[in-house]
Order: sequence, then structure tokens, then C-alpha cells
Amino acid sequence: MAEFLQFLISGLTVGAVYALVALGFTLIYNASGVVNFAQGEFVMLGGMVTVFASAAGAPLPLAALIAIVAAVIIGLLLHRLAIEPARGASAVTLIIITIGASILLRGLAAIVFDKQFHKLPAFTGETPIDILGAAVQPQSFWVLGGTAVVVVALYAFLEHTILGKAVLATAANRLAARLVGINTTTIMALAFGGSAAIGAVAGILVTPITLTNYDVGTLLALKGFAAAMLGGMGNPLGAVVGGLLLGLLEAFGAGYLSSTYKDAFAFLVILFVLFAAPQGLFGRRVVERV
Amino acid sequence: MVMKAKLTASLVAGAMVLGMSQGALAQDTIKIGSVLSATGPASFLGEPEDKTLRMYVDKINAAGGINGKKIELVIYDDGGDANKARTFATRLVEDDEVVAMVGGSTTGTTMAMIPVFEDAKIPFISLAGAIEVIDPVRKFVFKTPHTDKMACEKIFEDLKKRNLTKIGLISGTDGFGASMRAQCVKVAPNYGMEIVADENYGPRDSDMTAQLTKIKNTAGLQAVVNPGFGQGPAIVTRNYAQLGMGDIPFYQSHGVASKSFIDLAGAAAEGVRLPAAALLVGDKLPESDPQKKVVTEYKQTYESATKQPVSTFGGHAYDGLFILVEAMKRANSTDPQKIRDEIEKTKGFVGTGGIVNMSPTDHLGLDLSAFRMLEIKGGDWNLVASGS
Repeated sequence: MAEFLQFLISGLTVGAVYALVALGFTLIYNASGVVNFAQGEFVMLGGMVTVFASAAGAPLPLAALIAIVAAVIIGLLLHRLAIEPARGASAVTLIIITIGASILLRGLAAIVFDKQFHKLPAFTGETPIDILGAAVQPQSFWVLGGTAVVVVALYAFLEHTILGKAVLATAANRLAARLVGINTTTIMALAFGGSAAIGAVAGILVTPITLTNYDVGTLLALKGFAAAMLGGMGNPLGAVVGGLLLGLLEAFGAGYLSSTYKDAFAFLVILFVLFAAPQGLFGRRVVERV
Repeated sequence: MVMKAKLTASLVAGAMVLGMSQGALAQDTIKIGSVLSATGPASFLGEPEDKTLRMYVDKINAAGGINGKKIELVIYDDGGDANKARTFATRLVEDDEVVAMVGGSTTGTTMAMIPVFEDAKIPFISLAGAIEVIDPVRKFVFKTPHTDKMACEKIFEDLKKRNLTKIGLISGTDGFGASMRAQCVKVAPNYGMEIVADENYGPRDSDMTAQLTKIKNTAGLQAVVNPGFGQGPAIVTRNYAQLGMGDIPFYQSHGVASKSFIDLAGAAAEGVRLPAAALLVGDKLPESDPQKKVVTEYKQTYESATKQPVSTFGGHAYDGLFILVEAMKRANSTDPQKIRDEIEKTKGFVGTGGIVNMSPTDHLGLDLSAFRMLEIKGGDWNLVASGS
């Protein structure tokens, strides 16, 4: 039982990070139809800027705020300088642009910061909490709680505000959205800024557990993308479920089956899910909407 | 016709002048080549190696060079790519016409370059870790870093002293972790070790509690060894403390032998043991230690010149360069064959990695005494007194 709980909680913690990255994918995908592969770099920026700001003397909450602002600015610049000029291009071209942007951001981070790994102190101590025999880091609760807050806020925004509806409308049909008076350029910028902020929050929450360096974004983007596909691209709920499921698959795979093949195992399950339901677990609604 | 002959004659004359000037240049310098991974994923190896080579070649030249000849160092950066390394190796041999080579930051790049230097019959002192580089022995290939097999043996030796025989392995699936895991499994029976748990993690994984929980629940477990590299071992160490496994002896490898490991793992690193080169604990070595002088001097020189903490990787380049320089002094020649013969005769060379005694069957020349068993206490390395 203790063993099961241990696997469950480590799976959920890792899964929550994948979920946040997948949410970032979802937001930009919803607004523009683009899969933004620079999403992992926002996570990296969140962690790295916080580390360096707090090393420069800023208290942790201020350092975290600086990191979020920095990530949002870079997200807006990415949209303004790279995506917006290529407005008329196909989604594939835009995706390739985001891959280029991610390589650029990684390179800049290696020069501006450094290539070492860095850590942050846990927000509320590092003494593990014992839950029925499973040892849990307090930071895990921050990650899970933070993810829950972001998910609820994003869901409320998309479904219950005019601006959120405007985002969905832009995704459904850009021309029609513009015809009814939505400034689609602003909406796109909003989506990039918002998903940069989500990425940065993820980076700040997980750095005390996972450590960070200039290229942690690569793998996170890959896992987050897999989570988004598993849940159904474009569905915030799907992103969260996909992320948590991927994290759980890895933890239980490593714990009960073989740690050597845990990644293969997780991706195999994703392949089977996509064979059975090519739109992902929650993808159907997207199809109807488009 | 006359015109043509004249033209040919002047061309030949020009070529001769060119050839002579090149010949004259080659007379007063000795060309040493190097291919390092100064950028890219293995830059933490290549960067200190690059700095060390440049720094010490300048020093040697300032002091008059080797037998009155200055060293000309040609360094190429392969970015960690084995294909590029091989191309640069060919360029060193064919275009730069070097007499010897010190380099090859990773096992991958080294293995790609070996055939080039073997064919050209030019001595190649590698800075890569794996035992494959010198086993089987190749005539022109040498290396300076300790092997992962030696790290396993050193750990098992220490475990045996503590009467612990049932061990769990948690290894990274990167090249370093996988290779060391294989060596540990191979030499375990020689020390009476029984591997009761054998788990793996990906080099970029961010949580290893699942694997550690499995190891923790293995019946009869007495100690855990973590062959790995980079940030993985730091996370493993943190998870180890999180799961309350602190009372089970825990061993890391020489792959984490840098200050940043202690910083990253924090309080969780207390009590962790690992085999490492004397360079890390230079200031803690007793005055009588033969390596004391070399390692403290190298540490001071490197740290004052680069403003960065010393690493064992730069030390490997130091050892490689000076083994070569001393061999060239003894050979009193720039003939690659003669230099090779002298490198093989290296005896009692005191380097940062240990005391090197090469032979025709041993192109590494280090024994287990080259490794010191360290324990992390109070956020710093401490020598483990033998027998405890």
C-alpha cells in the first residue's frame, strides 16, 4: 500500500508538470492552430530567471514574479517578431518557426546564464511528509495545488469570459472572428503571453524538485506534447488528464514493470490510445467546434 | 616553348621557396594536435581540457619549449560529435601534420578517431573514460583518466571492508552510467558482491522515487551504488533522503566528483561516499602524499587563470600533455614512432589522476591507489581513512 501510494504521488507530481506544459500547448493551439515547440523554453526561463534573480538578492516571491514577467515578455516578442510577420504562412511553417525559436532561446540562455544545473530551495521546507508510509516532499503539494489553480483559472477564462470566447472564436475561424469585431492579433498575442506565463509558473514550481539548466525545456516540451496529444489537442481538460496519466504511467511502469523500459512503456500506451481514438481521449469536442 | 619552360622553372622555384619556408617553420616548432568537445553537451569535459592545454602550452613555451623547440598547439572543437571528431582527426594528420595528439573528450569521439591515428602511426593520448579505449591495447593509443571498472573495484573494496555484500544498483541509461553499470556487474563476483536490485533511470528524468522505493523494499539490501553522471545522481541523492534511506550506505561514482554535486544535492549528500581523484581533496592530502605538490599547483594555476573551480577533467588534459612532453624530452626527437615508444616507457609519472606506470600491456598505467575514497561531510569532501 505504501509502495502504491509512493508511486501514485511521484507519478502525479511529475504528471502535473507535464500537464502544465500541455496546457501551454493547448492555449496557443486554440488561438492559432500552431503547436508551439518553444513551450518547454518558457518552463526553462521560469526556473532559470528565478534562480538567477534570487541569487542576485531578490526574495523568492519577487524573483518568481520577475521570472513570469520575463517569460511573458519573451512570449510576446516571439509572437511579435516571429509568428506575426509570417501570418499568412501555413501551420506547418509556423511550427517550424517555433522550433527555430526554441533553439535560439536555448542558445541565448546558455550564453546569458550558464550551462550548469541550478536548484531552488523548496517553498515550505524539505522535510518529507509521511502519508500512510509514503514519503512526500512538501513541494509536491505546491506543484499539484499550483497546477489545479492554473487549470481552474484557464478553464474559467476560456469558457466564461468574453475574452476567452474570443480566443476560442479566433481558433475556430480567424476570418469570421475578425468579421464580428475580434482583434485577432491581440488575441494571438494574449495566447502567447498567457502560455508563456503558464510555462514559467511550471518552471518555478518544479525547479525545487527537478533542478534546472538551460536545456531542460527540450524533454519537457516532448513530454508535454505527448500529454496534449493523449488528452486531445486543444482541450484544457484533456491536457491535464493527459499529463497526469503520462506521469502515472511512467511511475507505475518504473515501479511495477521495468525502469529500463518505462519511457517506452508510456509511449506505447499513448500509441495504442491514439490508434483507438486518433483525436485523443477528449478530442471529440475540438472536432465539433472546428 | 621557351616561354613555357621559363614559366615552369619559375613555378618550380616558387614551390621550392614555399616548401623550404614550411620546412624551416617545422624545424623550430613541434606541432601537437587536439580535438576536444569544447562546446555542445560534453562541454563540461572539453572546456576545462581546452583551457588547461592552452594555458600549459603557453607556460612550456615561455620556459623555452621542449629541447629548445616551441610547441605549436592545434585545437579543433568537435562539439561532442563523433563524425566531426573523425574529420578533424584526419585534418590533423594530413594537413597539420602533427607529431602527437592529446584529446578526445568523450569515449564516442575517441573511438571514432582511433583508426585515423593508428593508420597514421601517430601517438594519441585520449582523455575519455571508458576502458574500451585501451582494452584491447592499441599500439598508438593511450589514455589518462581512470576507468569506470576501477571505480567499481574501489567501491567494492570499500564495501568489503565494511562487510556489506548485498547491493542495489540504480544506474543512468546514458553512456557513462550504462558502461559503469556493466563493469560493476562484471567485477562484482571478484569481490563477493551480490547485486540484489538493478534499476535504471533516464538521464533527463526528474524523479527517481519509484525506482528507489523498489530498491528499498528489496529483502537483504545492505548498500546502494549509483553509477551516473550530470544532474541525475543529484536527484537520486535527494530522493534517497526523501524516502528516509539515509541509514543504508550510499555510493556515488567519480562521475559526480565536482563541487556542484554537493551544491545540488544539498543536505541529502551528507554521508554519501564516492571514489575520486586526489585533485578534489588536494588541500586535505597529508604532506607526505606524492601527489600533493602536483595537484595543489595545478589547482592554483587553473583557478587563478580561469576563475572557475578546478575539475578532474582539466586534470586529465594536464596529465596527457605532460606525459607527452616528458616522452618527447626523453626521445629528443619529433619522430612519432620514437615518441610513442617513450610514452609507453612512462614510469613513476606523478599526475593529477595518480602515479602513472605504463607498459606494453597497460596504456593507462594507473592502479586502484589512484582513486581516493571520499565521504561528504559538512558540505565538503573528506578522505575516508583506510580501514573504516
